[in-house]
Amino acid sequence: MLTSAVHASIRFGLGPRPSEALPSEPRDWLAAQLRGPDPARFPDSLPSTADGLLMLREQRHLKPPPGQSLVEPLFRADAQAQLDVLLTAEAPFRERLVWFWANHFTVSTRQGGTRPIAGAFVREAIRPHVTGRFTDMLLAVMRHPAMLLYLDNESSVGPDSPAGQTAHRGLNENLGRECLELHTVSPAAGYTQADVTAFATILTGWSIDRAAAEPGFLFRPRAHEPGDKVLMGRTFPEGEDGGILALDFLGTHPATYRHLAQKLAVHFVSDAPSPQDVATIARALQRSQGDLGIAAAAVIELPSAWHPGTKFRSPFDHVVATLRALDLPPGPGPAPGDPRPGGRFIPGMLAGLGQPVWGAPLPNGWPDRAVDWAGPEAMLQRVDWSYRISAHAEAEPARIAEASLGPLLRPQTAAGLAAAGDRRDALTLLFTSPEFQRR
Amino acid sequence: MPLTRRTALLGLTAAWSLGSVSMALADPVPGARIAPGARDPRFVVIILRGALDGLSAVVPYGDRDLAGWRQPLLPAAPGQPDGLLDLGGFYGLHPALAGFHGLYQAGELLPMHAVSAGYRSRSHFEAQDYLESGADHRLTSGWLNRVVGALPIRRDQPEGDALAVGLSMPLLLRGPAHVGAYAPEAAQGPSPDLYARVAALNAADRVTGPAIAQGLAARGFSSQALGAAASGPAGGPGAFPSLARAAGRLLAAPDGPRIAALEIGGWDTHAGQKRRLDGPLSQLDAGVLALRSGLGEAWGDSVVLVMTEFGRTVRMNGTGGTDHGTGTVAFLAGGAVRGGRVGGTWPGLAQARLLEDRDLDPTTDLRGVAKGVLRSHLGIRQATLDGIFPGSGAAGEIGGLLRV
Repeated sequence: MLTSAVHASIRFGLGPRPSEALPSEPRDWLAAQLRGPDPARFPDSLPSTADGLLMLREQRHLKPPPGQSLVEPLFRADAQAQLDVLLTAEAPFRERLVWFWANHFTVSTRQGGTRPIAGAFVREAIRPHVTGRFTDMLLAVMRHPAMLLYLDNESSVGPDSPAGQTAHRGLNENLGRECLELHTVSPAAGYTQADVTAFATILTGWSIDRAAAEPGFLFRPRAHEPGDKVLMGRTFPEGEDGGILALDFLGTHPATYRHLAQKLAVHFVSDAPSPQDVATIARALQRSQGDLGIAAAAVIELPSAWHPGTKFRSPFDHVVATLRALDLPPGPGPAPGDPRPGGRFIPGMLAGLGQPVWGAPLPNGWPDRAVDWAGPEAMLQRVDWSYRISAHAEAEPARIAEASLGPLLRPQTAAGLAAAGDRRDALTLLFTSPEFQRR
Repeated sequence: MPLTRRTALLGLTAAWSLGSVSMALADPVPGARIAPGARDPRFVVIILRGALDGLSAVVPYGDRDLAGWRQPLLPAAPGQPDGLLDLGGFYGLHPALAGFHGLYQAGELLPMHAVSAGYRSRSHFEAQDYLESGADHRLTSGWLNRVVGALPIRRDQPEGDALAVGLSMPLLLRGPAHVGAYAPEAAQGPSPDLYARVAALNAADRVTGPAIAQGLAARGFSSQALGAAASGPAGGPGAFPSLARAAGRLLAAPDGPRIAALEIGGWDTHAGQKRRLDGPLSQLDAGVLALRSGLGEAWGDSVVLVMTEFGRTVRMNGTGGTDHGTGTVAFLAGGAVRGGRVGGTWPGLAQARLLEDRDLDPTTDLRGVAKGVLRSHLGIRQATLDGIFPGSGAAGEIGGLLRV
């Protein structure tokens, strides 16, 4: 087995499955995934954003007792479906990019009533653009009701707008500030509080029509701050177009490209990537005017991205890689007659390991460095979880180890597996080995 | 552990687990009314995962070649402090098996020595699969499940899905016959020994090494404890006995299950065997007594089969332990057992008698033992037994194991 083949699956994909052959040409395999189309398929029954908003409306109207939430089933179905796709993904590199960009544009269910539409947000605003232009993704995100709810823009009102004058409501800077700081140019661009305020006023009126038959994005002219605004030295006109132009300006700003390049390098190269690697990715973004597929292709070409073991698996990475290594099928649990136990609800596993699906504590999303995930108790929880999931195994531990790590399996781990007293102990040792915990 | 009367009344078949010990129950006769005076036998299988060293559990101290192979592993002679518990002048029970000794003296324990299930290549995983499949290859169902299917009265309704959470069913009980699973998954955790091995494999890693060491320390595992006495099954010393007692109570209930499987690990003693066997043997000993106490009067018509996937090398290895071998000991216990003796045919430990110059030569096929029990105890017919243990024709049913 080629080290580069198993590494490609581990670093860029989601980890090998024993039932799938590894690519003979790893770079071509990755590049082909970027060319698309996206092969992932989801059940038609998953809720759209409009469905989720309707359910949210119903929920607030009916006020069901605790435990009978109307929106919770939507969240669970979407979370399970999007995680299930990972277990058998045809384009695992593309899937990793989906979760990378969804984390970049974090919508967390911890606030803002986003629970019923957090999944739809990823499917509608992130997934279609992971190999497209960054500005398209940015615009889709900023107009999506999930982001408008999460970062409070729905209720942000221009102080001098008609609504502001009559209702005595005002500006909420949250979305404008986070968009500058986290999503686009980052503080390295040197913007000021005046820029934050200006951008927030540019975005006034970007709201949600919750009362419509098909609830969704709505620009509310009556809440929009009148007049031109100056953001980072550029003047943007009044109206919805002003926001679109401002997002295009921010989304193509060289500081944004550097910021995105840094995050991509941290995700795909190492916790502390070299400035040269960051510059290479930034240059690819600059030359392609923010083509994320070309940026991802530039990452593949970095020699340093092919050094195994430099990245630590987050709980998400570890759970997905382990389930794939066990070749467990998608689905919430076993079919009748399947001797395996039920309760294989992946979102529950992730929550138990400290990384609930779409549940980051803050808008900056989940961290991406070893130090953030390798705390003592977190590591023991990972050991305990590995032990529990290893009860499900039927294949030979040595075969699973070979398929999931290939030449990256250390001799001492192989010896530990061989000396284990039963299959469950052997797999626990595999899944908690230093090499399996890396990607 | 939510072992409730209700569980038993529902006739639910169940598997529980706590640490590395677990049990599963099969219930072929819920609601079936036993006529007064009719037999109502119980059958329990305890799997010892990891390969018990039979020569340490039931020590053939009368064999003149024994000490030459493994003197440092041997307990003191019978009659001495912490000495062997004598079984009639040739064999002695390990001193941690005092409860077993009491059963032996009451005629309710029958160790079967130099047994093997016909498997020869010394891989734990394959051997456990074969042991549970009851065949010389891996099947998708276990022989105990086929026993459940062969019993006369069966339930038609599927067991409650609501309790089918958590742990996997042992292969021994998997198959078409209804055997539900229930386990408090959160209660499961690795044994101290496994934690120690995880920590060792990570020790040199600058990220995971210190984190795991600190995490274990914070949870109260001292490095000394992990390094030294880390041999017992997980879940604490009382886990297996309490599970066994619960199993006994469920089996004793009039509408409860009649067949159960339990398992206990900690037997893979490649190093420091003399010390490391104390914990698992004590738990096994206490577990069988707890099972008896849970069964109450039903113990009188019960058979417990204790089996392991293979034995260990006759010679001590270079680290005070033993490696994977072949022949070992199995136990039959229970009021229905014609015990108070050691069964099997002793092959001797002279060098020329060892299998491949290393292992206790198995002279009795474990499947023959199981067949003998199933025939006499549960009334399963010969033709059915051949289907329960496919390809075991050469392993003839052994008679005279039980009182009936």
